[in-house]
Amino acid sequence: MKSTSLLSGIACALLAATSASAAELRFACYQDGTECDAWAEQIKAFEAENAGTTVVVDVVPYKTIVEGLPVQLASGEGPDLARVTDLGGLAKYMLDVTPYVKDAAAIEAAYGKTLAWTRVNGPDDKGIYAIMDQQTATGPFVNKTLFDQAGVALPGQGATYADWAAAAKEVAEKTGTSFAVAMDRSGHRFAGPAISYGAKIFDADGKPITVDDGFKAFAEQFVAWNEDGTVAKDVWAGSGGATYQDAAKEFTNGSLVMYISGSWQIGRFGRDIGDAFDWVAVPAPCGPGGCTGIPGGAAVAAFKHTKAPEELGKLIDFMAREDVQAAVLAKTKNIPANQALQAKGIDYASATDDEKAALKTFAESLAEFSPVAFQFQGYKNNRAIMNATVTRITQAIVGESTLDEALTRIDSDVKEALAAAQ
Amino acid sequence: MQSALDTIGRGVGRLYAAAFDLLEWPMLALQRLTGAQRIAWIFLLPNLVIFGTFTFLPIILNFFYATSGSDAILLQDRPYVGLDNFATLLACENYLQPNSCERDIFWRAVHNTAWFVVLQVGFMILFSLVTALILNRDIPFRGFFRSVFFYPVLLSPVVVALIWKWVLQRFGVLNAALEGAGMPTVNWLVDADWAFFWIVFVSIWAHMGFYTLILLAGLQSIPSDVYEAAEMDGASKWRVFSRITMPLLMPTMAVVIVLSLIRAVQAFDEIFVLTGGGPGSATLLILQFIYETGFAYQPRLYGLAAAASMLMAVVLLVLTLVQLRATRSRAEG
Repeated sequence: MKSTSLLSGIACALLAATSASAAELRFACYQDGTECDAWAEQIKAFEAENAGTTVVVDVVPYKTIVEGLPVQLASGEGPDLARVTDLGGLAKYMLDVTPYVKDAAAIEAAYGKTLAWTRVNGPDDKGIYAIMDQQTATGPFVNKTLFDQAGVALPGQGATYADWAAAAKEVAEKTGTSFAVAMDRSGHRFAGPAISYGAKIFDADGKPITVDDGFKAFAEQFVAWNEDGTVAKDVWAGSGGATYQDAAKEFTNGSLVMYISGSWQIGRFGRDIGDAFDWVAVPAPCGPGGCTGIPGGAAVAAFKHTKAPEELGKLIDFMAREDVQAAVLAKTKNIPANQALQAKGIDYASATDDEKAALKTFAESLAEFSPVAFQFQGYKNNRAIMNATVTRITQAIVGESTLDEALTRIDSDVKEALAAAQ
Repeated sequence: MQSALDTIGRGVGRLYAAAFDLLEWPMLALQRLTGAQRIAWIFLLPNLVIFGTFTFLPIILNFFYATSGSDAILLQDRPYVGLDNFATLLACENYLQPNSCERDIFWRAVHNTAWFVVLQVGFMILFSLVTALILNRDIPFRGFFRSVFFYPVLLSPVVVALIWKWVLQRFGVLNAALEGAGMPTVNWLVDADWAFFWIVFVSIWAHMGFYTLILLAGLQSIPSDVYEAAEMDGASKWRVFSRITMPLLMPTMAVVIVLSLIRAVQAFDEIFVLTGGGPGSATLLILQFIYETGFAYQPRLYGLAAAASMLMAVVLLVLTLVQLRATRSRAEG
């Protein structure tokens, strides 16, 4: 009887000890290509190194990350970590994992530039909240085969948006291609050319002014291009509200000459276009204010409500490791945010020549982007500007309002959104 | 064989009786405790709890959200703002011109919803009635046609929208057919007027089968001797329709009108997938405005979305009451 009680006691103690050290972390992951698959592979190694910690990777649509996750987090629920793009907007829910990482200074050195986008608590905020696993840059892709068929030379370095639009239109006309130019229906995409046209977006104190002469100049140009058919009207006018819409399908099926999107499309184009035609990424076209796209990317963020902060901190530390990042980036064919890897370069062994060239173009152009573009990306309420831009510019395109009315509304929408966010 | 079946039947019967005997004692005890009148509440309790939790509680919560501000989701973090959210929605120089309103998109959604309800409900009831009258006649393949008209009702709204998007997009089936016939093509979902026409059309296509079925049941419940009497009196077809069919169909028609009205005001999924509310806000209805204000935009204005949903609920309530009153008056008169 005594031995039975003793055995039961030992069993209970073992069970308690096991459950005390066991932690399950839930990772909500969205992917443009193979990002979640690549992470799942690496996470197996993390689990082997950290016995008792399991990580469940839930692959979710991007819409869930953009619309569902913020609501979950606001109510103190949701995954322990997630792959997100709205770094500033979600920063208030993020966990500072500094106490749990082995070398915070090394992480600062490698990721400091993008960590800044999550540091919304003032200049003294040095927290480690999220590790970027995909640096992106917006910019154009061009169907080179169509240019060759039309006998039109690709505009060179320093060419303006007007030069590119004219060239793309000529190519479309000569080759009978449906669309000359298309740009994703996104305020993020709009911001790049707007800054190139001279938009300052922020005043000297860092407060948004959104609509100024530069912003207006590109808005006028963009609406005019939609009206005269230079830009595919379907993309922006074909949807309502601030709904995102891309034109990747049109580009991959060869019915679009020039597509203003971003580096995250490279893997998709490599896979979907194959040998069908030659395509290239070109540096951001120029305007009176410079030649810039918008930086961006996705980061894996830890959240405050987790029940296992230490294990979560260890996981973020693992994800920040150079060897782990290099393995993930090689598989996902993304540009590194890690400064050391940016300097060393990634061996994209499985990438085609087109993909490698495009990755090089975007990585190089990123270094030339305007400081305003980085400020815009790091601004915590940038989505308020993006949403208002898409909704109101579309209204001007379809004739629901004049452009002046639309610009006035962008201003008031942004002010109202910021007041509500206070 | 028969005796084996009898044995099984008796066995099942005994089990059934035993199960009820088990329940009898607690039920009798409960009845003695509560009294025969109040025991009904005990039976209703589970339903009341579920209904209260998932219907009444959200309505009350909605009221609290509508009267509070900020982008916080937890009620304790939301400051009380009184009727400010309603005032913001209703601030307008001219309600017929959305551009003059503070929340112009909301008023565009109100206008679109009003037009959508009038056109969709009006035409759908007309088409459903005509279809039901035809299907009520002794036509060849009647069973087949009844199934055909009902089939779209079984489809998910998202599937309906994707099918029609495939048909209506720039390089879709319809334009291919027009091009093949040497006719000019139209960018159906980018032209505001056409996009609105198509959301009404697709919505009617998807839902009319359901209402046709209800009206058909109503038509079949009209006694045939009334028609025989009218025929003996030499009444014309129009007179039979206007003096017999329609008056006797009115109770069913009232149900159809109320149901379709409520459903039209609540329209969202098909239109969201088909046009996304565009081009611009040409097909944006109130429910999408509520969704985008509360969940898609940053910051998320839950208060404004809740206020808009309360205004919509009031309109629906008024419409339903007016409709029910009109039907009752007609029935009594």
